[in-house]
Amino acid sequence: MASLREKKTKELDEKLRAVNKQKDLFSFAGYDEAAAERTGYSNYSYWRSTFQTFFKNKVAVFLLIIMATILIFTFIQPYLPGQIDPNLVNNDETGMQIRNQKPDSTFWFGTNQIGQDLWSRTWAGTRTSLLIGFLVAVIEAAVGITVGVLWGYVRKLDFILTEVYNVLDNIPTTIVLILFSYIMKPSIHSMVIAMSITGWIGMARFIRNQIVIIRDRDYNLASRCLGTGTARIMIKNLLPYLVSVIMLRMALAIPGAIGSEVFISYIGLGLPVDIPSLGNLINTGRAKMMTASLRYQLVFPTIILSIVTISFYIIGNAFADAADPKNHV
Amino acid sequence: MIKYLGKRLARSLVTLCIIIVIVFSLLRMMPIEGYFQNFDKLTEAQIQAGIENMGLDKPLYEQLFVFFKNLLKGDFGISRTYRANVPIVTIIKDKIPVSMKFGIMSIGISMLLGLPLGILMARSKHGFFDKLGTGFIVFVEAVPAAVYFLFIQVFGTEWFHLKMLYDAGDKRTWILPVISMAIGNIAYYAMWLRRYMVDESNKDYVKLAKAKGLTPNGIMVHHVFRNAFVPMVQYIPNSILNTMIGSIYIESLYSIPGMGGLLVNVVQKQDNAMVQALVIIFASVGILGLMIGDILMCLIDPRISLMKKGGAR
Repeated sequence: MASLREKKTKELDEKLRAVNKQKDLFSFAGYDEAAAERTGYSNYSYWRSTFQTFFKNKVAVFLLIIMATILIFTFIQPYLPGQIDPNLVNNDETGMQIRNQKPDSTFWFGTNQIGQDLWSRTWAGTRTSLLIGFLVAVIEAAVGITVGVLWGYVRKLDFILTEVYNVLDNIPTTIVLILFSYIMKPSIHSMVIAMSITGWIGMARFIRNQIVIIRDRDYNLASRCLGTGTARIMIKNLLPYLVSVIMLRMALAIPGAIGSEVFISYIGLGLPVDIPSLGNLINTGRAKMMTASLRYQLVFPTIILSIVTISFYIIGNAFADAADPKNHV
Repeated sequence: MIKYLGKRLARSLVTLCIIIVIVFSLLRMMPIEGYFQNFDKLTEAQIQAGIENMGLDKPLYEQLFVFFKNLLKGDFGISRTYRANVPIVTIIKDKIPVSMKFGIMSIGISMLLGLPLGILMARSKHGFFDKLGTGFIVFVEAVPAAVYFLFIQVFGTEWFHLKMLYDAGDKRTWILPVISMAIGNIAYYAMWLRRYMVDESNKDYVKLAKAKGLTPNGIMVHHVFRNAFVPMVQYIPNSILNTMIGSIYIESLYSIPGMGGLLVNVVQKQDNAMVQALVIIFASVGILGLMIGDILMCLIDPRISLMKKGGAR
């Protein structure tokens, strides 16, 4: 038997080889617009179209470039030559602290009241603030999406989660933020926890509403009839539809978290000074702003902060517009 | 209707109780220093006596019960480190009117400027004013408030030769705080009014009005604005109630003796009893504001049935 089969395959192979020699029998058709028009074929790709729309928005692209530069720079800055440790107290030859030194060639952003280099502190602070922002955004997305999808899709959970939401949503976020920062020792962890505790609620709610709308659309019904599992429907059918919303929420969570960090530092519950962050830099700069000559201590961190937050806000909105399935034909 | 009101009220009450229990329990985990005026100088025996005196050695549920009983009598407890042994109610009583005075003024200004800005932006959709307004809104939304508040204070006082800090007698020192407080709300009102008006102006009745030959201004004021303003009504009770709390930033920046500034002070002084009272007051004001807003919406717009809110299909 086995030998017979081998023989047959051999014959087939030879036949195929013979056919393949005639090159013009089969060839790739390639994309022809006129032909596509006739058959309704399109080489449309969701992501290509999204990026095309996004890159048409000049302001967003410009900010994206700035943002990327800042992001990369904050991470390579400590490894550049000639950088000063952000927590090092700089002394001059006589051993005196170089206090409130205005920006010069050594200290590009000047020094603060105990002689620490503000250039490196500003970048270290941006790093801390961005880290907090990203962590909060990721936690918010992870928890929000999980809860939101379950809430929207599993009918038994709907009642319970809706009641829980109605209670949680009434609690003012500022209060939660203040309360948790007050109770926990100030650190990056406690700050991220305090911010994520309420952050996911809005995301979950939004995802849930969208899921309820698209859950019983025809394509999902068809999928279910064909026996697709719940998990697969959620991941393959529902979530791709929500990418734009999720991206927008995440992009806005970052400036939100950075702002909350500033707020918490402002009321005196922020990170300790040896972990520089934009919040405590602005807070220490605030104490110096009455003297016009020392205002640089406030100006530099606020400029970086504003660039970062505005960029995230505009890029997020532009990307969400571009990715919104409603804006795709 | 009555069923809805009852349900809404019950939900708010449940939320409030949950918040009080959580806040109370969480604050029991704080170090006990926050209950004594000069903790470092006290002896072990004195601290022990103090704790017993304040009932802090009792089990949590017993303390909670006493706290609830006192709350019903309107007693929030006694401040320890902020102003030693003064009832919290006495401290707060003087602060609320100050915060409200500023709050009401800033709401007035933000409505006076925010609503026309929103209308103007909706009128010139994608035009010059729309872009200008959008820029302003993006700035206010994206940049943390602390940043522009600081710059308003610094440069405002410098350019207009105003005093840096609040002075109850000198009305000119009120200008900058009120303006700073209004800026966020101006952007907020303008943004939402624009959005609602743009949504409304695409509807059929507007087309009909146009076909009848009404002037664009007439359509905007009599038709679009009226309908677009309905969803905004929801925010009004909340913003008015929130004036009682005041602005945490502004009040501590200009040392205005109001509620927001008080919160910052007691947090820095680690006065546990005060933090607890203020957090509960702030939370209840927020809850009350949302509830009144929902009820108001329900009364104004018969099309909206809030029974379905949350569980909507």
